[in-house]
Amino acid sequence: MDKFHSLKGIAAPLPIVNIDTDMIIPKQFLKTIKRTGLGVSLFYEMRYDNDGNLIKDFVLNTSPYDQSKILVAGDNFGCGSSREHAPWSLKDFGIRSVISTSFADIFYNNCFQNGILPIVVSPENLDQLMTAAKNQIEFTIDLPEQVIKAGNHLIKFEIEEFRKERLLQGLDDIGITLGYKDKINAYEEDKKNKKPWLFKNN
Amino acid sequence: MSNQGPKTLFDKIWSEHLVGQREDGTNLLYIDRHLVHEVTSPQAFEGLKISNRPVHRPEATIAVADHNVPTINRQNIEDPQSKIQVETLAKNTKEHGIQYFDLMDQRQGIVHIIGPEQGITQPGMTIVCGDSHTSTHGAFGALAFGIGTSEVEHVLATQTIVQNPAKNMRISVNGELPFGVNSKDLILYIIGKIGTAGGTGHVIEYAGSSIMGLSMEGRMTICNMSIEAGARAGLISPDQTTFNYIKGRPYAPGTEHWDQAVEYWSSLPSDNDANYDHEIVIDSSEIDPMVTWGTSPEDVVSVKGTVPNPSSAKTENKKKSIERSLEYMGLKPGTKITDIKLDKIFIGSCTNGRIEDLRKVASIVKDKKIASHVQAMIVPGSGLVKKQAEEEGIDKILKDAGFEWREAGCSMCLGMNPDQLKPGERCASTSNRNFEGRQGRGGRTHLMSPELAAASAITGNISDIRDFT
Repeated sequence: MDKFHSLKGIAAPLPIVNIDTDMIIPKQFLKTIKRTGLGVSLFYEMRYDNDGNLIKDFVLNTSPYDQSKILVAGDNFGCGSSREHAPWSLKDFGIRSVISTSFADIFYNNCFQNGILPIVVSPENLDQLMTAAKNQIEFTIDLPEQVIKAGNHLIKFEIEEFRKERLLQGLDDIGITLGYKDKINAYEEDKKNKKPWLFKNN
Repeated sequence: MSNQGPKTLFDKIWSEHLVGQREDGTNLLYIDRHLVHEVTSPQAFEGLKISNRPVHRPEATIAVADHNVPTINRQNIEDPQSKIQVETLAKNTKEHGIQYFDLMDQRQGIVHIIGPEQGITQPGMTIVCGDSHTSTHGAFGALAFGIGTSEVEHVLATQTIVQNPAKNMRISVNGELPFGVNSKDLILYIIGKIGTAGGTGHVIEYAGSSIMGLSMEGRMTICNMSIEAGARAGLISPDQTTFNYIKGRPYAPGTEHWDQAVEYWSSLPSDNDANYDHEIVIDSSEIDPMVTWGTSPEDVVSVKGTVPNPSSAKTENKKKSIERSLEYMGLKPGTKITDIKLDKIFIGSCTNGRIEDLRKVASIVKDKKIASHVQAMIVPGSGLVKKQAEEEGIDKILKDAGFEWREAGCSMCLGMNPDQLKPGERCASTSNRNFEGRQGRGGRTHLMSPELAAASAITGNISDIRDFT
């Protein structure tokens, strides 16, 4: 997995609450069997008209936001389906961090699997960062220090230690878990005796 | 969460499945059953191949194609991408020795319908699937939740998942359900009350006499939409209703283990004095048949109500969000819900595509005709639901009324297959999400119960089942 240490760039303001995964990447793009190539379809229905032309005033279609590495969005970002295509499409577009007041659980988890850093801030801080994003002020996100810098704003954020480590080192989660294979096998042996019906397949 | 003292249903399942702690402090949770479908699995199998990793326990996984499949003429999937996805699932499952119900198998259907139907879903299990509506299986007292594709790969490779415990929330609904109110109305009401982020970070346990009085089908509808309330999972205590439902199903515990299983299942309900991080108590008499008016499942209103006015919103953000929804939905504030005219009716999905739902619809539309301006479609949740409905003559009643009778699949719930709304079309839908574009670009979705959708099909407007004779 790609590492994440720090990030510097323009942040796109998206002041909409409850941005769901259908908005991030609509259903017709879920038919792929690859993880890549989805960036062009990110926010498809907000970004393109019925004829497939770019909608000029949508933020990610305007300069300099078409080069955004960061998204500042309204509450409950990523609600809805479990599709990992949502973080895949963000990443493929170039977005490596999303800032909001809250995230839906599955989306939040999926981000960390893909080297994307979702950051939860207070409503006051979100307002400040939204304004900074609108004013095209450059953001710096420093993961080791857990801080967002944007103009005069210096905002600390929380992140669970294991998630931070995983991003910093770009660790392979499956590889780590396979290191516990003996424990998994022992668990299964124990349950085979105690709950045999769970191991019977008709 | 301590190991001592009274435990909730969630705490009990959690501690039973804890394999251990990794050095990074995270928990490894054992997964009893893994359900796989065609959309969220190809990249996971590809990941295994790249790393040359085997599937740890193939017999704990069951696969089916449901999202992409056409509901008519299924011999041939016309969309080449959909076809590749379905074929990829067949190939991957064969390669790894995973049980797969193919499109011609009568057991094929929506993954969350067939799990319970086959007896795969059982109390006390941990169940995951790369699909957010996995919460459905919580109706059996199983800890069931949706995961992303990277986690699908993790479960295939290790039969575990990395998780930290959720918080406990209990929502109790007490009292006899008023006439015309059923499980769909209950869950829409709950989502309207706590909001789509109300359950974030929590597992919601539904309790109280109204919930425990529901059939398994009704309980599944409730747990199914837990994700729309932001919760990781929904749970309902297993009881005799649960055991009766499971007994004799193909994957249920056989006679040799049945008593042992029931004894364990009976130990699962939350202890009396268990502690919840959050408690909500609802009196069922306050609930009406519910309908959504907007583009979020929390945008609910009584069928007797009106479309809200943005100026009544408490915050500027909420006001903007209502305005945006109303513009998308093409609705004016103050419009009576029952004055909203419909173009399409969709009955089906993992929320309401079970035999009980079909029976209710049939009882309402029997000897009637759908309104001349609507197109109505009914999509059984599985091949076996379809077969049973046909044996009961339900298909004939529905077809006589003017409904299209389809093959099993996710269909218009998410429009990944040919069943979609056209821009501006308005649909009464028994599914679970009314997001912008969910049922087709520009399509307008009103979520409601099968009863309301059936009544609405006949009148052509959103209708109150209580006025319908």
